Amino acid sequence: MTALPRSTGLPLLRPLGNILRALLRNPPSAFGLTIIGLLLLIALFAPLLATHDPHAVDLDNTLRPPGGGHLFGTDELGRDIYSRLVFGTRITLRIIALVTVIVGPIGLIIGTASGYVGGLFDRIMMRITDIFLSFPALILSLAFVAALGPSLNNAIIAIALTSWPPIARLARAETLTFRATDYVAAARLQGASTLRIIVRSIMPMCLPSVVIRLTLNMATVILTAAGLGFLGLGAQPPLPEWGAMIATGRRYMIDSWWLVTFPGLAILLVSLAFNLVGDGLRDALDPRQMTGRAMP
Amino acid sequence: MTAQDAPETASDISANPTGHRQRRLRLRPGRILGQVISIAVTLFGLLLLTFVIGRMMPVDPVRAIVGEDASPDTYMQVYRQLGLDRPLWEQFLIYVGDVLRGDFGTSIRTGRPVIEDILAVMPATIELATFAILIGAGLGITLGVVAAANKDRWPDHLIRIVSLLGHSMPIFWTGMIGLILFYAVLGWVGGSGRVSDFYLGLVEGPTGLLLIDSLLAGEMEVFRSALRHLVLPASILGYASAAYITRMTRSFMLDQLNQEYITTARVKGLSRSRTIWGHAFVNIRVQLVTIVALTYGGLLEGAVLIETVFAWPGFGQYLTNNLMIGDMSAVMTCVLLVGVIFITLNLLSDVLYRVFDPRTR
Repeated sequence: MTALPRSTGLPLLRPLGNILRALLRNPPSAFGLTIIGLLLLIALFAPLLATHDPHAVDLDNTLRPPGGGHLFGTDELGRDIYSRLVFGTRITLRIIALVTVIVGPIGLIIGTASGYVGGLFDRIMMRITDIFLSFPALILSLAFVAALGPSLNNAIIAIALTSWPPIARLARAETLTFRATDYVAAARLQGASTLRIIVRSIMPMCLPSVVIRLTLNMATVILTAAGLGFLGLGAQPPLPEWGAMIATGRRYMIDSWWLVTFPGLAILLVSLAFNLVGDGLRDALDPRQMTGRAMP
Repeated sequence: MTAQDAPETASDISANPTGHRQRRLRLRPGRILGQVISIAVTLFGLLLLTFVIGRMMPVDPVRAIVGEDASPDTYMQVYRQLGLDRPLWEQFLIYVGDVLRGDFGTSIRTGRPVIEDILAVMPATIELATFAILIGAGLGITLGVVAAANKDRWPDHLIRIVSLLGHSMPIFWTGMIGLILFYAVLGWVGGSGRVSDFYLGLVEGPTGLLLIDSLLAGEMEVFRSALRHLVLPASILGYASAAYITRMTRSFMLDQLNQEYITTARVKGLSRSRTIWGHAFVNIRVQLVTIVALTYGGLLEGAVLIETVFAWPGFGQYLTNNLMIGDMSAVMTCVLLVGVIFITLNLLSDVLYRVFDPRTR
């Protein structure tokens, strides 16, 4: 962290701008960013891009193969798969956005408070994150959704409940390095309260790495949400969620391959895009790999 | 799909979930005691978590047993039998006591103790996961070494795309596409289940691992059928887990290849491949053991989805089946077990680290 400690928005924006430029120079990450951009545009203009009503049942045209007015064919109720995929982008984005909005602040608050206050509070909080971290994301989400009842919102809550610990750990580690800095000591000597120091001096410094960690997490969030949808614990029919579409298409998959193929490709593409961006981010931030040479 | 907080780069290892591994514990009683206490606290927390989730559930556990038409008297009787009239903390203590005695409750669906059910389905999952990790580790380590040796050249880029693709696939979808392509169209592999229906129940015990049992019994037909059924789900699971192993191997190898002794070896006239495999690779074996152990635990997650697609009668399918009918004591025991397996693997990789790395002794 060479950025000057300043408690304005600047420490967040400047490194993020640099990172964005580094990502665009790397072809795989640039491709990932393009896909994510497209995803946003598709979600925004979904009503214009869709050729059919995603919920319109047409029992005369069930299980039609791709072509003939239906780009990706129709499902068992005659609904247009292409249009459902287009509207499905909105659900995918909603999941990512909500999980991020819940997880970011929770992780940041717990991590910074735990790192700054230290002592028993820190030990208890870190023990709690350990417990959460001793499960794979999907298994714990499964248990939470089972307890809350299957629905899209509960799936989002369950995923959020399982993805805050890594963020909290990261924010805590960052806080430990900032706690010892002169500017924090100066703020303390000026009589700033603990709360004020955490919120004004430490949180802004932790933000860049937290934002990056959240980005790295998004591919996992998408796959977990799709997995929950597939198991019938996430979005419920007739919502055009991609994982749920695969689950209903499964019964017809041997004869009508398009029912499962296209939603799966959509999930694959979006999660690949986030992974490519995440991979580029890791490389851009890992100093050892920047100096690395090829084998002599 | 690997554990959520699995280290992202070689330098992240120090920030591992339980913080045990990197501390390079020496065999000092104080340290060991500290570790035992820390594990005990984590296990206690696990119990608390599963207890809370179990109590949050919307399904009425009494109704699930007595049915919709039971009289209020019957209802109250079962209500008291289950201990639901006691305060929550007392219920929790009873739960902990039961678990410590090895009593994890009775499954509503099968009417048998949950732990017996799980022990019965576990070999199927172990067989699948072990086969998968062999594929994943073989693939991931090879690709990682090749990628590092060719950093920023086309093999590196290609390997990155191949391994990221495996990491980005929704694994249940890959399973279905695999079934359509390799089973329905090409007929190269067996379909769902562990073995063709024709051979079902022909070989039983002693290990529960069908490949080994059928060999022991000399049933080559069953062995071939089991192998044909195993190969597709295990390959998909292995491919999905290879991404993480590849990334870490590449990162570890780059660390080594940038060091002076590699340059020395090359200047001495040692061949490229001898330098890579004989010098650099030898030094990352210990770190790789840790990564492979963690990945093995992460396979449980993929197993839940892949077992559902392939109707594989293992742990994952048991878990999802019980989720659907709201059999919470079964579900919570499964969750608890996954947590315990994860903690054990963490500890195991820690111990392996100490055994194999002479510097930590």
